[in-house]
This record gives sequence, C-alpha cells and structure tokens, in this order.
Amino acid sequence: MDASLFTSMLFATVVAGTPLIIVALGLLVNEKAGVLNLGAEGMMAMGAVAAFAVTHHSGSPWLGVMAGMAAAMAVSLIFGFLTLTLQANQVAAGLALSIFGVGLSAFIGKPFESIALPAVPPIRIPFIADLPLIGEALYNQQALVYLSWALFWVVVWFLYRSRAGLVLRAVGESPASAHAIGHPVILIRYLAVLFGGAMAGMGGAFLSVFYTPMWVEGMVAGRGWIALALVVFATWRPLRVMIGAYLFGGVMITQLFIQGSGMQLDFPAQFLSSLPYWATIIVLVVISRNVNTIRLNSPMSLGKPYRAEG
Amino acid sequence: MLRLEPRPEASRLMSYLSPLLAAVLTLMAGMAVFSMLGKDPVEGLRLFLLNPVKDLYGVSELLLKATPLMLCAIGLAVGFRANIWNIGAEGQFMLGTVGATGVALYFQESDSSLILPTMVVAGALAGAAWAAIPALLKTRFNANEILVSLMLVYVAQLFVSWLVFGPWKDPDGFNFPQTAMFGDHALLPVLMEGTRLHFGFLIALTALLAGYAFMNRSYTGFKMRVAGEAADAARYAGFSANRMIWIGLLTGGAAAGIAGMCEVAGPMGQLTDKVSLGYGFAAIIVAFVGRLNPVGILFASLLMALLYIGGEQVQQYMNLPSSISLVFQGLLLFFLLGSDVFIHYRLKFGRATA
Amino acid sequence: MTSPSPPSSTLPPRLVLRDIRKVYPTVVANDGINLTVAPGEIHAVLGENGAGKSTLMKIIYGVTRPTSGEMQWEGQAVTVSSPAHARELGIGMVFQHFSLFETLTVVENVALALPGKPDLDELARRIEAVSQRYGLPVDPRRHVHALSVGERQRVEIVRCLLQNPRLLIMDEPTSVLTPQAVRKLFETLRQLAAEGCAILYISHKLDEIQELCHTATVLRGGRVTGHCKPAEETPESMARLMIGKDLPVCEHGSPTHTGEIRLRLAGLSHASADPFATDLRDIHLDVHAGEIVGIAGVSGNGQQELLRAISGEEALAEKFPVQILGVEAGRLNPGQRRKLGMCFVPEERLGRGAVPTMSLADNAILTAAKTQGLVAGGFLSFSRARSFAERCINGFGVKCGGAAAPARSLSGGNLQKFIMGREILQSPRLLVCAQPTWGVDVGAAAFIRQALIDLRNRGCAVLVISEELDELFEICDHIAVIAKGRLSPLRPVAETTVEDIGVWMSGLWPGSELSTDSAAEVAHA
Repeated sequence: MDASLFTSMLFATVVAGTPLIIVALGLLVNEKAGVLNLGAEGMMAMGAVAAFAVTHHSGSPWLGVMAGMAAAMAVSLIFGFLTLTLQANQVAAGLALSIFGVGLSAFIGKPFESIALPAVPPIRIPFIADLPLIGEALYNQQALVYLSWALFWVVVWFLYRSRAGLVLRAVGESPASAHAIGHPVILIRYLAVLFGGAMAGMGGAFLSVFYTPMWVEGMVAGRGWIALALVVFATWRPLRVMIGAYLFGGVMITQLFIQGSGMQLDFPAQFLSSLPYWATIIVLVVISRNVNTIRLNSPMSLGKPYRAEG
Repeated sequence: MLRLEPRPEASRLMSYLSPLLAAVLTLMAGMAVFSMLGKDPVEGLRLFLLNPVKDLYGVSELLLKATPLMLCAIGLAVGFRANIWNIGAEGQFMLGTVGATGVALYFQESDSSLILPTMVVAGALAGAAWAAIPALLKTRFNANEILVSLMLVYVAQLFVSWLVFGPWKDPDGFNFPQTAMFGDHALLPVLMEGTRLHFGFLIALTALLAGYAFMNRSYTGFKMRVAGEAADAARYAGFSANRMIWIGLLTGGAAAGIAGMCEVAGPMGQLTDKVSLGYGFAAIIVAFVGRLNPVGILFASLLMALLYIGGEQVQQYMNLPSSISLVFQGLLLFFLLGSDVFIHYRLKFGRATA
Repeated sequence: MTSPSPPSSTLPPRLVLRDIRKVYPTVVANDGINLTVAPGEIHAVLGENGAGKSTLMKIIYGVTRPTSGEMQWEGQAVTVSSPAHARELGIGMVFQHFSLFETLTVVENVALALPGKPDLDELARRIEAVSQRYGLPVDPRRHVHALSVGERQRVEIVRCLLQNPRLLIMDEPTSVLTPQAVRKLFETLRQLAAEGCAILYISHKLDEIQELCHTATVLRGGRVTGHCKPAEETPESMARLMIGKDLPVCEHGSPTHTGEIRLRLAGLSHASADPFATDLRDIHLDVHAGEIVGIAGVSGNGQQELLRAISGEEALAEKFPVQILGVEAGRLNPGQRRKLGMCFVPEERLGRGAVPTMSLADNAILTAAKTQGLVAGGFLSFSRARSFAERCINGFGVKCGGAAAPARSLSGGNLQKFIMGREILQSPRLLVCAQPTWGVDVGAAAFIRQALIDLRNRGCAVLVISEELDELFEICDHIAVIAKGRLSPLRPVAETTVEDIGVWMSGLWPGSELSTDSAAEVAHA
C-alpha cells in the first residue's frame, strides 16, 4: 500500500479511536474502584448534545467540551446517588442511565439537528512530524487527540504511582477491608463515578464538536457500550485500553476506506457498518475464554453493592 | 438531618407500593418538565394521562401498544429472575419481524389458514435464534451476555435496514424502505370492530399466564429463582447453570420474536425500517417496574403504553419532540430504583446515634 | 507451664468501658458492658458466638459508635470516631476475617493502614525489623494472595505493631493456626505484654484463655456475666459463666461393626481453575458404613476444594477418583450424586446451604426435591415441601417462625440445625459435612454433634471436615489431616493425641514428601 493511503488510514484510525480511549479510561478508573457503570452510552450522548449546544451558542469549542463534561457528570451523579447511597442494583441503574441519557439528549438536541458547526482547526506539533512512518499521520491532529495521550499517562501514574490510586484499587478489591482500615469508601466511589462521567462527556463532546461537527440523534451509535467492552478486553489495564481503542478505530473506518478506495465489493454498506459490533463480540469472546485472566485482573468487588456499616 | 436506617426485615408493603410511588414521582417530574419548557403542566398531564383513554378507541390503542411490551417483558422476566441479563430484546424483536415477514412474503399469493401460525413460529424461532448467540457465547466462552446481546441489537437494525432497502424492497413501493404489504391471510384478525386491537393481545395474555405457571409453579422456574438469588446454592443443589442460561435467553428471544411478529402482522402489515419504537428496551423497564411478575408486568405495560401514547399526543398538540417518552421512561426507571430503597431501609430524622 | 500473673498496676488503666450499650434494630448487641484493662495485662473477652464480643470490639476500634455509655482511654474520656482515630490513640486490631487486599503486596497493604504517604522501601525495612523482633517471619515483597492463612495473620499483626500500639485487640486469632503456631503466637503476645502493651484477647476457647490470659470478662447475650482470673478457674466454671449451664457432653457410644465402603477417594488429584485455590494431590480415603471419619486441617489447605470435588460442585476430569457407594462418580453433578444416596452439608449456610430470602419450605426443595417426592411432573408440590420442612423443624428443634419463615430470619445455630435436619431426614447412606458447628451456639453445637453420632449408629457413613480439633476428637472414630492439598493416612482417634495431629497439620506426617529437610521451610500454618 502506498504511503499516503497508509498515512490517511492511520490518521483516521487515531481520530476514530480517540473518543473510545477517553471514555474507556474513565470507565477503567470507575471499575477499578468497584463500580460498574453501564450508563456510558447515555453519558456520552449527554456530553455530545451539551457540548454541541454550548459550542453553537458561544462559538467556543472548549466551552462546549467543558459543558459536555459537566452534563455527563451531572447524570452520572444520579447513577452514583442511586447505587452508592440508595444501594440500587448497579446493572439496572446503569441501564436506566443509558436509556435516560440517550432519550434526554435526543429531546434536547431536536432544535440543533440541521446545524453544522465550523470545523475546529487541528494543532500542529512540529517535532512529531519528523517521526518516521507515523509522523505524517500524527502531527496534525485535534487537541483532544494529544490530550487523550496525556490522559493515558495521568491515569497510569494515578493508579500505580500515587497513594490515592492505591487506595482506590484497594476499595475496588475489598470495600469492607478498606472501610475497616478507615478509608472513606463511598466518597472514593463517588469521585470515581464523577471522573468516569467527565471522561464520557469529553468523549461525547469530541464526537459532536470535532469528529463530525453535527448533532444527530443516535450519533453515539453504541460507542459507549464498545468502550465498556474495551475495558474488559483490556483486562483493566490502561495500555491495552489504548491498543484496543485504536484497533476498534481501525475497524470503524474500514468501511469508509473500502468505499473510498473504489474497490468493488459485493458487501452491502450495512454489513460493513456492522463490523465494529461483530468485532466487539469477537474480542469479548477471545478475552473471556480464559476465566483465570478475568479472575486475576478484574476488581473483585466490581458490580457488588457496598453497604457502609453503621 | 435525614438518614437511612436498615429495616430488620424487607417490607412487603413497600415492594408493592414502590412502583406506584415511582409512577407518581415520574408524573410530578413530568409536570416540572412541562413547566420548564414553558408549557402548561396541567394541560400536559391531561394530554399525557387522560386523553389517550377518553374513549373506547383510545383504550384499544392502549392495549394494542401494551401487547408487544407484555410479550417482551414476560420473556425477559424469566431470564432476569435468574440474573441472566438479556438486554438485546430489541434485536430479537427485529429478527422476529424478519422471520414473520419472510413467511408472509413467501406465501403472499396463498390463502391458507396455516400462514399465521407459521408466522408466529417463524417469529419465535428467529428471535430465539438471535438470543442463542449470546447464550452460546456465554456458556462456551464466558462472554458477558449484556454486551453481546446489545451489540447484536445494532447488527439486527442494520440487517433490517439492508432487507428493506435491498432484497425485500417493494418494487411498487416508490422506492421507500419497506416491503410489500402482507396478504390478508398474513394479518392478525382484529378483536373489536372499529379498533386496531388484534389477536396478538390474546397471545400476550396467554404468555403472561404461561410465565406465571412456569416461574412460580414449575421446578425449572424454581431452579431459576434460586440461581438468581444465590448462585452458590444453585451449584450446591446441582442445578445446571448452563441450562438456565439457555432457557433464560431463548425464552426472552422467542417472546420478543413473537412480539415482533405481532407488530408486522398487526396494524403495520409490512416490514419497514421504522418497525420498532424501542419496545425491546422499554420492555426492560416494564419488567423491572412490574417486579418481574406477570401481574405487575401487566400493569407496568399499560403504564408504559400510556407513556408512549401520551408522548405522541404531546408531540401532536404541544409541539414537543416524541423523544419525550424516552425521557419519561428513563425517569420512571430511575424513580423505581430510588423508591426501592424503602423496601430495605427506613427514612429517619435526627442525628445518627451510631 | 507457669500460670500467667498479672502485672503490678501502678499506672492508670489503659482502657475503661462504662455501661456501654449498642442497640441495633433487631437486637441489643451490648447491654451495659463494664470493662477495665491495665497496661501489660492480657485480658480475655470470653463468650460464645452471638454474645456481643465482635460488636464491642468494633466500638473500641471506632468502626461503629455506642448507643450510650462511656469510654476512657488512659484516664481521659474519649469517643473513637473512626479506625484511623483509634490508630492515632494507639489502639490496634487484628481482625478475625482479615482485612487484607489480595492483589497487592505486603508493603502496599501495610502502607494503606498508615497515615500519610510512607516510602515503600523504607517501610519494607521497618516491616522486616518488626517481624524479626517478634518472631513473625514475613516477606514484604510478596503478594498477599500467595501467602498462607497463617502468614496473612502475621501480616495483620505486623501491620498493627508498626504503629506501636498501646492496646492490641486480637479477635479469635487461633482459629487459623496449628497448635504449634498457637504456642508461638502466645510467646509473641507475652513479649508484647511485658513491654507494657495491653492486650484484649477475644475467644471462646477456654483452654487457651487459661493458658494465656491474666484476667477475663465473660459475656452472654450482650451482658457481662462475670469477671474472673482464668488461672483460678476451671474450664467448667468458665463455661458455666459463658453459657449459663454446664457444658453438654456427647454420648459417644462405640462404632458399630463397620461395613461396606460408602465413599472411596482413589488417588484424587485436581488442579483448580481458580488461581487462588489449593490444588488437591493424590488423595486416598475410604469411609465405611457405621463410622465417622474426620479430616482436620488449618483453613486454606484444600478443605473447600476437597468438599467440592466430593459433592460434585466441581467437576473432575475423570470418574474413578471419587466413588460413591461403589459407583464411579467423578463426573456426576450434585443432583446425580444425591440419587446415589449421598447428602452433604456445606460450610456456608446462607447463600450456599440455603437461599436467604426463600422460606424454609422452599429451601427444603433445594436438596430434597427428588428424594422426598416434592416434584411431580415438573411442577412443585408446595404442601409436601411444607410438611417435610416441618418435620425438619420439629425433629431438630429449630426455633423459627414456621416453615414459611425466610432462611435469613433464623439464627446461625438454628439454620444449621435445619440444614442438618434436611440432609439427615433424607436417610442418606453417606453424609459429608464441613464445619458442622462453626459459628453455632454451644447448645446447638452439642445437638448437632449428637445427631451425627446417632446417624453413625444407624449405619450411615459420615465424613466430617472441620477446623476445630476438639470437635473432631469428640465425635470421630478415625482422623486424618489435610495439608497443602495432600491427605495424611487415617489414624484411629483412640490412638492419637491433639499434639500429634497438630504436628501433622504442618504436613509433617510420616511418608509425606515434606518430612525431610524442607520441613523447616514449611510454615506452621
């Protein structure tokens, strides 16, 4: 394949993978604390619509991103309240959040449906341009792409090098023991939920303000769920989340490239569009087969409610 | 200061009252939403709650809307009781429509009375087959059924889209994404003259009865309840977890598939790309609000149907987007999960003494 | 062994509890508790399960707050608001159920309990220093999941000691130790007491308290029934304070003429899929009709895995290693094994032996569905289930709200009696039970042990897996030891002693691959 095709594919893959990285890293921190938030899809949708609306009205995409994060955090707080304070079932609450978030975003977004935002200029980072082979594709990306790389390092440092991260991991493994030693389990979980919400909002904002600067009902198209699967696929490790996100990004843009390259294939467009979903299923099967791997790596208290002793 | 104090014993009264409390809270939230949008809340509530049932035709529409919800929800409840989370009912519903449509189109010229039963079977089999995928992947590979069944929803939507834009598109349909209309013998008979309420409603009621008998009186239903409440006890008793995964998922899939068949063989009379209004997801909420038991599901389906129809009314008369029903659905589930706290906890005033 | 003598107390008491009350919605856990502990004193808190000991310790350690009452620390009135506050004051606690994090290392675990951000390397050095000084060898770099139960307890103790506690609370510390390891622990505790640390020692084991403790406070039903000096008491007098009447004694009888082999384990080896579990290695065992065989062992040496292999909850690769009444059953599931005539009682009551939210009648269906004809044509017969449950309730003196009462409304002892009753009334030909009297009050425990003996006398084969050596010596005819997944040879109970078995519990029986110079490496737990 010639260099420019490779470059454009790599470029597009990185862009497509970026929202997945951001959301999945947020979910990773969430799950490391023992909380399973299935509402990622709803949070992303809220982030997308809020970011779009604020960007449109204010003209500033960065205000939009912050608004998206705030909106997603607000709905994640509902989830947090239900599961952490009211002891509701985490699976049900997460589903409720997904349905509610997608519905509310469709509702709020109705008036914005045929509006296109001006494209945000990318940021050029000169020294990356000089990297062999991949430099071409990576030096001229949106700011959030670079931010996603920084986020990766922040999460790694936080989880494995900081005391707060150690406490968070302990809470995820055994909230009862953490409480017995005297750590504020519920507070830590609330913070983890809010962080997960903020990241989901940022990912959603990326979609509606930078990726396709438009709002369409259903534009998140399952990415929230794919991010959840990604965390499982990555066995809760940040580096694997990055790799997995880019793999998925690659699958997502395959359709575009096949159509764009003019290759005559007999596959209908819908089949190509369904590839990311099949890929998610395959990836889940591959990683779940070994029960041991899941056992050793998943936070032990994931999904189980914790009642603070009175 | 308000505190939550654990109850010594779960309150049975609250487990019946909690869905009611949730419904009331949802309506109150609804009124707040209306006022925030600058619309008259009382009028909004009237349109939502009273308009739909003001005459016999309205009631029949309510029952019609409740039919697919009842079918899907009772199928899902069987699995949910055993902690088997089938979230893909929406996709299984769509495969059911495909199966039934396939039979209807194939036998379009025929007028045999066997067409309808065959369509029911085809719908059930297609839905069950789609649910068999997460069942297989969970039992063989331990893959999480929530994510797998959900991914398949997106695939199913794309599949239907391909069919109605492609091979099954009606050649006389002016290029709209829809199949040809079904022949008369492929349509479910109407129950009441002048309404659209059809035989599917009776199928749904039968499904509720069957669900009751299965879950509460059969040994297999007992095994599934144990598996849902105490997985270790189920293993100790020797109940096969794999078999229960299959039963839970296939039941949900078949029920959703039949619901799909009822949709296309009912008032729609054809398959289009707008065949589902999210019934598969709404059914999840119905199952929860109905406390996973047939009587509760009956009432919860009616409530949910009211939310759908009310949404349409409000869209028509108050110029609000139809997605307002989705907002209400989500709110209902939130409030239900919140109200459930009172089953195990009591609200107390005052400072904590411990 | 010289009897312990209390230190001379010229200093103010370290801890004083006055009229402590703790009221929960369903029960008054502590009702007017008075307690005084001097510096350097080893003070026992004695009582059976449910007497209120754990609740009292939680109050002292700040995990929960008393409903009323006063606490004085070193002469000052104080309310302990949290475990961190307790640690600041100088109170350390070693929990019965450890609060350790398995996927983290020892250093990380200790660091979590210390305030601020300790440097991990320096902390590792301090851990090594403390563990040397008090005879508690522990490697700071290892992950907790790789440690044995005894090693984990040492980590818990070291974690406390690093904060220089002036009061150390030990909650039932010896349930996970061999008799030899218990001796070593006592040495450590005496050393600490000599240095001025006060120790609260929670236990229900009368002989240990006599050996170690200076003073004792006895709790029953949430109240103090007496203070005493264990050295001046007899086990019987302390037991009377603890349970209000004399210790019941079992009618042992003599084993009936032992008959056919009902359970045979023929070279059972099984590597568990769970990375945290113990692999079983080449286990041979025969259990005959009309005898009770006991398997002793420190927790974490394969008992749970062995039980699951016998019950069928864990499927084996081959069928012949487990033979039930002559049938090769290795690949049969629990239901099929029950059909052969086996019943069994697991160590966990709620959640495994019974479904907590379901009624006793429904729980009867759990294992007795086929043997008692509770299912007909795929449908349940509720009336038959209810009457069978009532037979269990009446036959075994289960105090409950009737057959419709949910399982979790019963006390531990009563639920255990119900489960025992359910299994025994199915007239099994082989009964396997694990920890039959764990967490059960003394009266129910005696009842259960007698029921097992009576069952044996009726010709059933009984296998008991237990961590309580006294219990095994009381009811068993033959005894073996499981250590690191291997099983020792069987010995008649009459021909061995607790000490011998204690040695075997480290894996050091003749013929085991461990009784060579590698024995020195084997931890005593």
